[in-house]
Amino acid sequence: MSKYLVNKFLYTVDRDPELVERYREHPGETVAWWEQEEAGRILGCHGAERSSWLMLTDAERTALAGHDYVALFELGAHPFLTLTLFIALFERDYAEPLAFQHEYAARLRHWRLPYPDIAT
Amino acid sequence: MATVAAVIASTHHPFYYRASTSAGQDRPPFADEWVAKIEAFRQTLTRARPDVLVMVGSDHFHQLWLDNMPQFLVGKAPVYDANWYNEEREFGLPRMVLQGCEELSEHVLRGGLDAGFDLAFSNELRIDHSVTCPIITLRPEADLPIVPVYTNIFAPPLPQPKRFVQLGRAIRQLVESWPSRQRVAIIGTGHLSLELGGPRQFGQHGPDPEFDRRAVEWIATGDLESALAGVTLDSLWEPGNATHGFMDFLLMMGVAGDNAKADYTDSLDLFHTMEAYFTWYPDGGPTA
Repeated sequence: MSKYLVNKFLYTVDRDPELVERYREHPGETVAWWEQEEAGRILGCHGAERSSWLMLTDAERTALAGHDYVALFELGAHPFLTLTLFIALFERDYAEPLAFQHEYAARLRHWRLPYPDIAT
Repeated sequence: MATVAAVIASTHHPFYYRASTSAGQDRPPFADEWVAKIEAFRQTLTRARPDVLVMVGSDHFHQLWLDNMPQFLVGKAPVYDANWYNEEREFGLPRMVLQGCEELSEHVLRGGLDAGFDLAFSNELRIDHSVTCPIITLRPEADLPIVPVYTNIFAPPLPQPKRFVQLGRAIRQLVESWPSRQRVAIIGTGHLSLELGGPRQFGQHGPDPEFDRRAVEWIATGDLESALAGVTLDSLWEPGNATHGFMDFLLMMGVAGDNAKADYTDSLDLFHTMEAYFTWYPDGGPTA
């Protein structure tokens, strides 16, 4: 489990307009590039001083590469981060206001409390 | 010493700005009623004639991140830039610039540390919609200096609910001990029941109207004893997975004081979440 790193992916992509578009169009390539080049970047630090140990699990990598927000929820990714980024990715494809958000909720409908633990 | 001119607690709904400024077919059917309620709420701050605003909110993973997460943080900067790209993108919020009140920030930090709160601080803080939403609703001129206070209601492990109340009481005492003749409004925003990124999100109402009814009653009557008996860090998941934002209301109840009945209470049942607005006048209220 590396919930922290999944969250770091969602966080760093969500705050960068170019990365949002890149992730929308090329999710697998973006996740692979990000894990190779960006996962170890300590935010606010010089690039040479990287974390050496951060790595996604196969399930996390597959969920991110598949734009699979249901799997991300189930893996304990922070739901605010997932929701915010996925609205940016896909809300534009729906004609009605909030239609994507409603579909998102419906796809999680099988979940009851307690939800997956989001503590990192 | 400074005067606490008003204590204000509110939800912060990032869609208000777009709803209130949209026209024609883009204007949602509930916008006019919402704007009327906000304008009435705004008057409760205007009448208090504040000089400085202490603004309690919570960063939504903008500047504060999991590699270095403070539980309570006070901004101490002369200027605060505000709102972020993803808030422009999703909510249409404008970029803003707010002046800071470093003197009061310094007083809150020194006094808070001495009172046993290990407050973090920031000398360069870009604030987000938890602070700018109440500026937009309550003081759209954005012309008063602020002291931002951020709380962690977002990234577990979180402080206990009682700690929010204790910090609220301390903030009240610290403002009242500030050697200044200025009038300070203490404003904080949180949530009632709320679900984000889960199966109960974006429903016709908030995810738990019964919790909302009880919470509004606790806040309006200042019933801290019942509020603290009624919630725990574990139980706050039940009304909705983002309901820990209610702890910012608890903090504001601590500011207002035990059993302090709000001088102004209003609410609005919207899709997704209930809006709620409260104002207390500790000095007896503004004269007409």
